[in-house]
Amino acid sequence: MVHYKKFTLDNGLRVLVHEDHSTAMACVNILYDVGARDENPEQTGFAHLFEHLMFGGSVNIPNYDTPLQQVGGENNAFTSNDITNYYITLPANNLETAFWLESDRMLSLAFSEQSLEVQRQVVIEEFKQRYLNQPYGDVWLKLRPLAYKEHPYRWATIGKELKHIEDAKMEDVKAFFDTHYTPQHAIMVIAGDVDFEGVKSLAEKWFGDIPAGEKIERYLPQEPKQTEARRETVEADVPLESIYIAFHGEERMHADYYATDLISDILSRGSSSRLYRSLVKEEPIFSEVNAYMMGSLDTNLFVLEGKPSEGVSLADAEQALWAQLERLKTELVTEHELEKVKNKVESTMVFSELSILDKAMNLAYFELLGDADLYNQEIEKYLQVKPEDIRRVANAIFREENSSTLLYKPLVKETHAEQN
Amino acid sequence: MLNRINSPEYKEITGIHLIHPKEYAYGNGLKAFVFASEDHSLIKAEFIFANVFESPENPLLNTALSSLIKEGTTRLTSAEIAEQVDFYGAFLVPEYSYDHTAITVYTLKKYAHKIFPIVKDILMDAIIPEKELQTYIRNNKQTLQVSLEKNDFVARKQFYKSVFGNTLYGITPTKEGLDALTRADLLALYQKQIRPSNCTLILAGAVDQQTLGLIENLFVSDWHSPENQIQLKAPVFEPAVADFIFEERKDSVQSAIRMGYQLINRTDPNYASVQFVNTLFGGFFGSRLMKNIREEKGYTYSIGSAVASLKYSGFFTIATEVGVDVTSATLSEIEKEFSLLRTEIPTEEEVQLVRNYLLGTMLGSLESIFSHADKFKAVYFSGMDLSYYQRYTESIQAMTPAKVKEIAGQYFDYQQLTKVVVGKLD
Repeated sequence: MVHYKKFTLDNGLRVLVHEDHSTAMACVNILYDVGARDENPEQTGFAHLFEHLMFGGSVNIPNYDTPLQQVGGENNAFTSNDITNYYITLPANNLETAFWLESDRMLSLAFSEQSLEVQRQVVIEEFKQRYLNQPYGDVWLKLRPLAYKEHPYRWATIGKELKHIEDAKMEDVKAFFDTHYTPQHAIMVIAGDVDFEGVKSLAEKWFGDIPAGEKIERYLPQEPKQTEARRETVEADVPLESIYIAFHGEERMHADYYATDLISDILSRGSSSRLYRSLVKEEPIFSEVNAYMMGSLDTNLFVLEGKPSEGVSLADAEQALWAQLERLKTELVTEHELEKVKNKVESTMVFSELSILDKAMNLAYFELLGDADLYNQEIEKYLQVKPEDIRRVANAIFREENSSTLLYKPLVKETHAEQN
Repeated sequence: MLNRINSPEYKEITGIHLIHPKEYAYGNGLKAFVFASEDHSLIKAEFIFANVFESPENPLLNTALSSLIKEGTTRLTSAEIAEQVDFYGAFLVPEYSYDHTAITVYTLKKYAHKIFPIVKDILMDAIIPEKELQTYIRNNKQTLQVSLEKNDFVARKQFYKSVFGNTLYGITPTKEGLDALTRADLLALYQKQIRPSNCTLILAGAVDQQTLGLIENLFVSDWHSPENQIQLKAPVFEPAVADFIFEERKDSVQSAIRMGYQLINRTDPNYASVQFVNTLFGGFFGSRLMKNIREEKGYTYSIGSAVASLKYSGFFTIATEVGVDVTSATLSEIEKEFSLLRTEIPTEEEVQLVRNYLLGTMLGSLESIFSHADKFKAVYFSGMDLSYYQRYTESIQAMTPAKVKEIAGQYFDYQQLTKVVVGKLD
């Protein structure tokens, strides 16, 4: 149970405060309600590039990082398809420095050309490091557009291609800031060795006079129901064959999200999970195999992935995965097995409450979903899932015509074969 | 009117207080250190064993043992162990580091009596079934095949081999090493290494008298060290050679760069000062390497340096992945930064920043009872006690620009680095 208090400034900024006096630190987490799904299809990767530019100086403060480090603080940020999240941890007695820095960049950026040029290069190198320069690194550049045809989830947060990053212009940066980086599109959570009244007056002092900005109506093209199986085979410079199967699943706020998430746990969480036991340990079909949910706000993906063992064909490996899915569709999971995955969800929840930063991030995310208190209600929703729900949801999701299958096959190259 | 130009007043970083453990020495040689906290419902127990390394001809035994130890006992199969641990929402994590092999257990206190008996079985009665060994070998060979396609993995492998040679610190997996693993060798190592006289138990979280009673019942009266003594031998290192190793990968779009050499460890009085200079040089986001090579030139997504303390040595390392067209340029920028570090006295402002950053990090690293246990572990296995952190904090506070230059001249030398590049040299 994470206790918090909430208030909203006149400009629409929502502020949540979680006091935890067992630490001498504080963290400030600001979630902006914008992600890669809000991008123009011709300018993908922009939300993430923009995140880098948020560290390039603001209207009154030329350098963001240095003053924070001077008071013993650290910061970072991440961008997903749904959100952009910035966070600071620092000694709690220097909390005001974080308010000064964060409020200034919410007020306005410096829009430095030099920062745009450098960060463009940095992001291009990030693109290469994560997506191009390692085996299977480009899987999401291929699997997303296979699984999504309309929804902007069809591109990865890094962007569809390097060219979109190369072409980003300062006028687009400014427009993006004006549209999305306003108090009413932000949620701020302060956690740690702080007190509510103190935070409230700091929030009013530093954020109170920032203009509310325009409210934006979000128009997201929804993904039409998939009606036939999709399949793509890639020949690439990879050492082993690999298989990915993606199914559409319910969105984050749907009641069946929890059953779907538990299905991924039954299949793949821990070394007692079904896929690991049956397909790695009992029969050597895969050297590694996993199942997981993307956890996206809109229509989700449920993904199975694995690398077949030496001597096992992709076709046999694929069939073995489907056999596991069939089991879920026909047999009822036992109460014991269901209790096992629920217990794991419960203990993981206790672990995540050890860190003030984790708590702050979770409160911000659930506030975005509608109400931070949903975070405290999560467990109950998992506990309510019944064996029948698991079977019903498995039948709804694991259908051929709802699947997108991506296969990697190694290019045959003479010179590479014996490298060690 | 709000002054947005100047930063709010800086408040000194205080409140670095370390929690001291309660210490228990049992008759069978087991030592336990307890960090109890009533605020938690969790227990973290780490059973830590010093690595016994005597066979360079069979280098992967230690890592394999750490994985396979939980894959079956006389009483429980691998599947039964996994099933019970998962059912109670616990985590059983084998950990392997250069000097130690550990089994780390995370459990809710209410299930401790279910989980610890399984751990007892694993520590006293593991059988390492042949079938599990074959699965381990098969899967690790495949993982290795994928890793060998990653430039940073290959660079790291070359680096450790060059700096530490055929010692336990220089070993990285090979196909041959995996194939050479046998059940007999693993069982022999298990007998030698997994014994109470070679075990340190760090218990943290919701630990009370009842928990301690459980521990004593399970891990003291029934657990005996064999008669024969084990000897931990310090490795003998070859004299350092400043190698330049280049492995060409024609299809790469980035090169992985790794450099470094052996260096002092935590037991040296200068270690904190070296950590300080490393931080300023490449140890955090605001460091010189990061500022120059990422934030000014945009050559990389990330570059960093680190110092690490090992039981019988220590090392300094720099790592980055950069565009193939700027690989040479990056090497020469790194060289320039070394020369600057050694020849010019930094500003007081820069030194002050690193000082505050490090003190803030220290405070931030004491977030929960579990992090206090981690802090203790780091010094304990260096043969020191918690007073180290008092000296560490004093050293950090006492750093001056002149001292930075002095330490740089003594410990940071581009010419002596082993340099590895995997990718393309433009």
